Amino acid sequence: MRNLAVAAALLAALVYPLLVPNYLITVGMLIFFIAFLGQSWNVAGGFAGQTSFGHAVFFGVGAYTSTILHVSHGWNPWLAWPVATAMGGLVGAGIAFLSFRAGLRGSYFALITLAFAEVFRIVANSAAFTRGGLGMLIKADSRLENFQFTTPIAPYYLALALCLVSLLIAWWLTRGRFGARLVAIRENEDAARALGIDVFAEKVKVLTLSGAMCAAGGTFYAQKYLYIDPTIAFGIDKSVEMLLVTMVGGAGTIFGPLIGSIVLTAINELTRNAAGVFPALKNVQPLSLVVYGVMLIIIVARLPDGFASLLWRRRHA
Amino acid sequence: MLDPQIILAGVLNGLLAGGIYVLVAVGLTLIYGVLHIINFAHGSLLMLAMYAVFFLWKLSGIDPYVALPIVTGGAFAVGFVLYRAVIGRYSHGKDENILLITLGVSIIADNGALLFFGGDTETIDVPYAGKIIELGAAFLPLPKVISCAAAIAICLALGLFMALSDTGKAIRAVAKERQGARLVGIDVEHIFAVSYGIGIACLGAAACLLMPTFYVTPQSGYAFVLVAFTIVVLGGMGSFVGAAVGGFLIGVTESIGGLLLGEQLGQIGISLIFILILLLKPTGLFGSRA
Repeated sequence: MRNLAVAAALLAALVYPLLVPNYLITVGMLIFFIAFLGQSWNVAGGFAGQTSFGHAVFFGVGAYTSTILHVSHGWNPWLAWPVATAMGGLVGAGIAFLSFRAGLRGSYFALITLAFAEVFRIVANSAAFTRGGLGMLIKADSRLENFQFTTPIAPYYLALALCLVSLLIAWWLTRGRFGARLVAIRENEDAARALGIDVFAEKVKVLTLSGAMCAAGGTFYAQKYLYIDPTIAFGIDKSVEMLLVTMVGGAGTIFGPLIGSIVLTAINELTRNAAGVFPALKNVQPLSLVVYGVMLIIIVARLPDGFASLLWRRRHA
Repeated sequence: MLDPQIILAGVLNGLLAGGIYVLVAVGLTLIYGVLHIINFAHGSLLMLAMYAVFFLWKLSGIDPYVALPIVTGGAFAVGFVLYRAVIGRYSHGKDENILLITLGVSIIADNGALLFFGGDTETIDVPYAGKIIELGAAFLPLPKVISCAAAIAICLALGLFMALSDTGKAIRAVAKERQGARLVGIDVEHIFAVSYGIGIACLGAAACLLMPTFYVTPQSGYAFVLVAFTIVVLGGMGSFVGAAVGGFLIGVTESIGGLLLGEQLGQIGISLIFILILLLKPTGLFGSRA
């Protein structure tokens, strides 16, 4: 029954861009892309319980690595993509190694990831090789072999593919031994250690995976919008977005980030028209985030498994 | 190498900024020491208090220093109610959960401010803004001197209140041993709400002292939250002396960092201190436990 629903949804996602106008194709692209970023957060924050407030550090490393290789060293962006992904994994491993070696847990880990993102942002804002606060512009050359897009359909399918890969990774985590060890660590770290799990090694591994995924998303973003700057790449907004979609959809579930992303994007599109209704508002764009802040509080307090738990009542992972 | 006179001026300016940082950090460390929660909304609530000071000045012409009792009292009420209505209900589970709740509060505050006040940078023009005190080679802006002195006075008053009043003693009892405090008849939930209120009241006072020389935007909260956490972690979570020492240290670090590395790169010192303290000595300078 559930397999049938997933197959139907996949089919719908595949034919969707052939039926709707360009604007809705882009909305769909955003849904899958944010779901992919959310899933990268979910791997560490949901399955392994390592809440991060600074996941933008990986996103930014991915975006900057590929853009620097492409713009400053003439690499083809498709070739730069795996390098950027690997760099994200490397930074994830580095941050995890330092933080978990120092024994940081819970809130302290969340805060130190935020500080790491801030360090990267400040460096990117001042260093010459990132062009400082001006940001980096990628020269438009809209050919697919150049990782640039002329129609909204191509990035839609690429975002869908990324999202599917991330769903497979999450599915693998719910099935495999690695995922089971992560859940054990999330539920009770000391008990997991007593069972013989190498907690430190597993946590470094999961941050490597999560960082690599997130960095891959960073490259996609840079190539889609052809511009990045330190605040877009390393700012707290991206970190919060990834955390929010996952927490609202359901942390530690396969489909949580996708559900959260659909809800967030829907609220975004609905509140876009709110300006006419409430003329007192200076600008309406943050309205969706206010709604999301309220939802975050309600979800943490009342519905710790997110919206996913409303769809099918089953304990996660 | 820079002229030692310039360095001295930088240190003095850093100390002046540090005075207000102390006040902000004392509020954060009080909340941590008593409730054992990390109040991620601290910066955002400071930002809201700064907007309150700005609008009191803009709409009613009230001088920021005159507004101090009003905004401080209002901030206490907001903190008390926020604790009773939202934070207190959920503050006893996993520590990440309460961190996420306060993150939710800060997201609502930041984006609410953007929604209603817009993204512009707002400042207050006070007639004494340009007044300068000459101290050797250092030129110190008068409002900064007043604000620093006032911040220190408020911290001392708060210290006396904690040491001598019945409420202060109850707060300290709850911070040390909440079960024991409950057993001797202290209403622990009430003390939690009062402590959170006092922590936020510190922000109200700090907002009044900041506004004559500073500006506010909806992003101000984020700028302050990392500074406040760095001070508290540097001094030791929950330690008052630590918050005081840490506040001045960070004020000077920021000022000297700006001199040596420039405005942009100078901010990196704070984040690096934060990371290094957490990695190497998570108890901080004066903390008793991790």
